[in-house]
Amino acid sequence: MLGRIDRGEVRIIGVDGMDSDEDERQLLPLSQRPEWSDVTPVPQNDGPNPVVPIAYSEEFTEIMGYFRAVYLADERSLRALHLTAEAINFNAGNYTVWQFRRLILEALNADLHEELGFVEQHASKNSKNYQLWHHRRWLVEKMGTEAAVGELEFTKKIFLNDAKNYHAWSHRQWVLQNLGGWEDELAYCNELLEDDIFNNSAWNQRYFVITSHPGLGGIEATLDSEVNYTIKSILIKPENESPWRYLRGLYKNNMQSFVTNPKISTLCLNVLTSKVNPVFALSLLLDLISNGFEPNKDLKNAIEAVIPESNSQNSDISVTICAILEIIDQMRVNYWRWRKNNLHSQVAEGVANLHIH
Amino acid sequence: MESSSSAADWKPTISQEEQWTLEGQVFHIYRMFCDIPPNSQSAMLELQRDSHMEYLVKGLRHLGPSFSVLDANRPWICYWILHSIALLGESVDVALEHNAIDFISRCQDQHGGYGGGPGQMPHLATTYAAVNSLITLGGHKSLASIDRGKIYSFLRRMKHTSGGFSMHDGGEVDVRACYTAISVASVLNILDEELVQGVGNYILSCQTYEGGIAGEPGSEAHGGYTFCGLATMILINEVNRLNLASLTDWLVFRQGIEGGFQGRTNKLVDGCYSFWQGGAAVLIQRLHAVTGSTSSELSDDEDSPDQGEGQQSDDELNSSSSPVNFIKRHTKTEPLLQSQALQQYILLCSQVEGGFRDKPGKSRDHYHTCYCLSGLAVAQYSWSKDADSAPLPGSLLGPYSNLLEPVNPLHNIVLEQYNEAREFFSSASTL
Repeated sequence: MLGRIDRGEVRIIGVDGMDSDEDERQLLPLSQRPEWSDVTPVPQNDGPNPVVPIAYSEEFTEIMGYFRAVYLADERSLRALHLTAEAINFNAGNYTVWQFRRLILEALNADLHEELGFVEQHASKNSKNYQLWHHRRWLVEKMGTEAAVGELEFTKKIFLNDAKNYHAWSHRQWVLQNLGGWEDELAYCNELLEDDIFNNSAWNQRYFVITSHPGLGGIEATLDSEVNYTIKSILIKPENESPWRYLRGLYKNNMQSFVTNPKISTLCLNVLTSKVNPVFALSLLLDLISNGFEPNKDLKNAIEAVIPESNSQNSDISVTICAILEIIDQMRVNYWRWRKNNLHSQVAEGVANLHIH
Repeated sequence: MESSSSAADWKPTISQEEQWTLEGQVFHIYRMFCDIPPNSQSAMLELQRDSHMEYLVKGLRHLGPSFSVLDANRPWICYWILHSIALLGESVDVALEHNAIDFISRCQDQHGGYGGGPGQMPHLATTYAAVNSLITLGGHKSLASIDRGKIYSFLRRMKHTSGGFSMHDGGEVDVRACYTAISVASVLNILDEELVQGVGNYILSCQTYEGGIAGEPGSEAHGGYTFCGLATMILINEVNRLNLASLTDWLVFRQGIEGGFQGRTNKLVDGCYSFWQGGAAVLIQRLHAVTGSTSSELSDDEDSPDQGEGQQSDDELNSSSSPVNFIKRHTKTEPLLQSQALQQYILLCSQVEGGFRDKPGKSRDHYHTCYCLSGLAVAQYSWSKDADSAPLPGSLLGPYSNLLEPVNPLHNIVLEQYNEAREFFSSASTL
């Protein structure tokens, strides 16, 4: 976080292997390196009394001064490439430096594999940086399908330490979609969910696979097995919101099956009668009923049994559900009240919607 | 989130362990709070205005070498600090104000837009931060320093074939880029059909099966992107194209048992989402006021051919069609967020001596200070009928001195300054 340069890392910045003499020279201040003697650093134009002034280290100031000089001169050279690496070592968030580095890499027709190594070093230090991931995507796009396997491995490595890394997941999805490598992706989701069934990023990836994997046939083809998998997961930990949302998502464009599949209502009944957190089951039932589902006697009894004293005079079971949720889910009391007040339009809409299909 | 499962030999997962650890820390604070006498309680709930001001003003004047990693975010640091100061109802002295305008102008690119520091490429996010900073400073000199014509050409240049925007030349395309571009264009009164074209489709493609909005199509629903996507859709007047029922449902479930908001399902709460999620909750609340709260956006259908506009009267449509009127609307509905619980998390768990933090155990920073205070303001006014009317006494947690300035949540600019800018730029010549 302190942006201090680790001199050891300068070694991996070259596009072509640097020898140790060059290493030694890199340790000198730029002003003392002969290859920079023709360049005059350009100071930062902060003005006489800048706000948010940063007390840069001398090294930082010097490197950025030289960077501005080569950037303004649009010098796309090997030494400029090395300089961008030093600047990035100080501040990997400087998008101007990264962008210029891409121009140089293109001009020099540089070895992109080497560049992947450079990015990887930075990713291991700070894997939550937009610039770095954007740069990597650019690189991999240039490399094409040959890069797919490596990128899938690379993101896997990131997930070992941080299974919910947002940038890494976006990168992985981009790789799958543009370069392929789908074969083992569903199995990988299974693996991650076995490790941590609460990992919502893995659930999201599962949804991505089901909907985008070119060989699985889409949601329709996988619906049965996915519903079974999800129900099984819910029953392991009914307080886990992720599979409940996933289940709802599977039926996003298929309300009719959602309402008519008995497995869904049976799941709700199971959860309601097993003395676990009933909020997600009740919420799902509310959605079902809003879309035209009619609960049977057992289910109605189970709903009312959640809070026996609430055993209401309400003939409308949706109102009862909302009333129960207002009591047991205090954080969202206004939401449930609002849902209750709008039930009528919901049922009307839901039923109307069924007729459309 | 107590374990309730069948298997006695269940081994807690990483998500569970992290959640339980945090709950332990948060409830330790809340228990301590409950056990102390009432006068100590109100002291604990008090917004430490003086120490916050000291921390903020100090940041404007000096940042240590460790801030070098934020060297491409200096307009952001300006915004985080200046907006925090404005929320506190304070201002900076004339010299500092002059220096801020001068410095931000040096970040302005000769071809339009603002970069992360002098001489850096223009970037949409730092353009948003710079414009919001200058509006927050207010006054003719500050507002007139913005070159709207050049910003417009910068925005056009950033327009991407997907309908979205690139963050900078050769930069990434995502929902943040859409929001920062559209927010800036809207507040500067330079939003036109060319900029809007395709944005709605792009945002729509990022709404996930969970209901929230992701950074890119396929990614996971996320608080920051949900705010950005929702605010963008309101600003371009296409919000009814979103599935608002599922968005609302996802959003209300992001408020955790700790009172704060989490950014994604099954992640830990973080003070900054007090604004990203809390702000989105307030936008939804106002939408329901605008649409009369019974239109089809409350239904769960996602494929109705009717986008829900059919039930609105012409009057309602007209009056909701501009973001200005949107903010001015009376809201009849109760807040969707649990306002007291959110204020409690911000004041007791995020507030430190000078500044705010993500959660207990983390350090303060200017980003979290800005978004915790923004979230606190949003929570305080969530029961108010109008955006700028004082909150009901019961809706404010802690002493009355905690009351912050009201914000326009679409841009996250203090309302008074937003109104000044709106007036300034509406009378400015068209491009």
